[in-house]
Amino acid sequence: MVIAFTNARVIDPASGRDALGSVVVRERVITSIDGDIPADARVIDCGGRIVAPGLIDAGVFTADAPACLAGGITRVVLMPDRSPPLDDPALIEFAQRIGKPHVWVHPLAAATQGLAGVELAEIGLCQEAGAVGVATGRGAIADAGVMLRLLQYASGFDLVVVTHAENAALTVGAVATAGEFATRLGLPAAPAFAEAIAVARDLRLAAATGARLHIRQVTTAESIDLVRAAKAAGTRVTCGVTPGHFLLGEQSVSGYRSFARLSPPLRHDDDRRAVLAGIADGTIDVVASGHDPRTQEDKRLPFADAAPGMVGAETLLALAGTLVRDHDMTWPALLATMTSTPAALFGLPGGRLEAGAPADLIVFDPGAPWRIDAGAMAAAAGNTPFDGLPVQGRVTMTVKGGEIAWTL
Amino acid sequence: MTPPPLPSLLPEGVHPFPHRHLLGIAELKPWEITWLLDEAEGWIEVNRGLRKRDDRLAGLTLINAFFENSTRTLLSFEIAGKRLGADVVNMTVGASSVKKGETLLDTALTLNAMHPDMIVIRHGESGAVQLIAEKVDCPVLNAGDGRHEHPTQALLDALTIRRRKGRIEGLTVAICGDILHSRVARSNFQLLGSLGAKVRAVAPATLIGADVDRLGVDCFTDMDAGLDGADVVMMLRLQRERMSGAYVPSTREYFHFYGLTAARLAAAKPDVLVMHPGPMNRGVEIDTAVADDIARSAISEQVEMGVAVRMACLDVLTRRSRGVPGW
Repeated sequence: MVIAFTNARVIDPASGRDALGSVVVRERVITSIDGDIPADARVIDCGGRIVAPGLIDAGVFTADAPACLAGGITRVVLMPDRSPPLDDPALIEFAQRIGKPHVWVHPLAAATQGLAGVELAEIGLCQEAGAVGVATGRGAIADAGVMLRLLQYASGFDLVVVTHAENAALTVGAVATAGEFATRLGLPAAPAFAEAIAVARDLRLAAATGARLHIRQVTTAESIDLVRAAKAAGTRVTCGVTPGHFLLGEQSVSGYRSFARLSPPLRHDDDRRAVLAGIADGTIDVVASGHDPRTQEDKRLPFADAAPGMVGAETLLALAGTLVRDHDMTWPALLATMTSTPAALFGLPGGRLEAGAPADLIVFDPGAPWRIDAGAMAAAAGNTPFDGLPVQGRVTMTVKGGEIAWTL
Repeated sequence: MTPPPLPSLLPEGVHPFPHRHLLGIAELKPWEITWLLDEAEGWIEVNRGLRKRDDRLAGLTLINAFFENSTRTLLSFEIAGKRLGADVVNMTVGASSVKKGETLLDTALTLNAMHPDMIVIRHGESGAVQLIAEKVDCPVLNAGDGRHEHPTQALLDALTIRRRKGRIEGLTVAICGDILHSRVARSNFQLLGSLGAKVRAVAPATLIGADVDRLGVDCFTDMDAGLDGADVVMMLRLQRERMSGAYVPSTREYFHFYGLTAARLAAAKPDVLVMHPGPMNRGVEIDTAVADDIARSAISEQVEMGVAVRMACLDVLTRRSRGVPGW
């Protein structure tokens, strides 16, 4: 099938292109940008809407295809926190097939056996089986010796190591950020510097080993400063964040709303603003959804007993779009954090609009108003702290492998 | 010694208690607190009389759902309910299906289906009582949730202080001990602060909690400085069951630096009032001689006030369903 997307604001973050034009896809690849429209093409007039590469969601816990397509996500990087954990080549091979045909799943291998943080998993074999990196999972590796050996070993395979930045000993039992707010609510809390301590350790170990480090979420001013300094010093580090940590502060857990229980926990407003600044100046490379559907059984519990995590795939672009409207970011720069940057980081095809690239793209109306409704989501569950929030910007069509996989 | 009646803080035309539940002190206005204390005053003489009976809750069912061990608070609520004529049922965790894996909300819905007129809940997790309150059709009273709030304890403490001292405003109250894990401390900080007392938190730095000063209290790690000039000293129990890891080296060292002894109490005002929410660990946070000092210890009186305060709360919270005029 040949499809021509005409009258489109074509944005290719990798090249910085942002201009009206057309895109033609044939079979599974993009054949031309601004080229002739073939006679046999099905023409879709985009009415000036944005056409951009399909989003690459760098760090989800479930390959939730309906939610991904509704959010314009055509590839996900899957965390190894599955049951059983993805610490075996056979499991990696299986995981890649979960989302096909519409969403391609690129699994991260568990860094340690069973994600227990003790013995290294067979990460080289997992890489051969298709793992695009290794990850410590929902938690950090507590033992600095194990972390050092992991980074040393992974550097030999040029595997990126994805870490969770919370010092394990300081965050035992904690469900909130220490401070007045957690004290008033009586919630077990850990100091925000528990993140900076973990970041500082891992940055130092990465510098010592030359390994590639990706900190999946940086959420405090102090840890963002550490990453900024490490990048300037030449450490091979990248980092990411999810919309919860730049749009919500710790006040969102008032009333013990367990949908706002995230890991790391929501922070003070100063930290939230530091995250915004970190995205704006490029210290934070990746914006991801952290998509983690949780059922009522996991969430309708006393706050400290509830599981952390939120669904975010179908709201990712609309929520991140606030950075363009309210914080002077450009669409190409923002889209890069969700397309070309994660593609380069994990060595994935896609994430760009150019002849020969995979025909994964979205049509996106940046002005369309809608309201997030937890009760009417495509996701496997409705655990979003943004329920009821009016947002702007909606994916109207998702094209995967040259086929229209979803339309609004 | 009955103190002279205090002027009511209740503003003209304002409803004295516009709340469906009693979940915490944080949601109460100062005049609502003093009005509740005034209501409780009325029950003290009833409780001291021979015939401790009032049938205003006759026919109503009160469930005491205690998901965390308690003897004294449960007993206090049971007596309060029975003296008001309610049919009181106690559900404690040892005898419940919670141990069989039922979720908290399923338990709440089960209780609700039995049409109680009031549920009193204690739970080990902060916010759990509010979660249940959102799901049931009757008023809910928080009898302690995690380290969040324990409103009736703060009310009974305030009633005790007010009867002994004649006022709360302007008093210096030192709350000493395991502040970090204490819901009693959080409720008292807010109640005493909103009624104009100067409140101090006295604890080793490991047990004081982050940004407690933001709750309007002055923090002390030196017990002697914290007791200096205090009108009221409120001791808290060292909650060793909530501690995972090293907060204090030993009970011996804790008592040495933070135990309330007669010598240490000399720094406070001569007519200082000594309080403890119980159960006491004698020799850990309080010396026996101080605890049993009839002139200064109000510990037994706190228990007495507890029944009166709980009777007042049960009465007030059920007024709407009982169709009391004006409610």
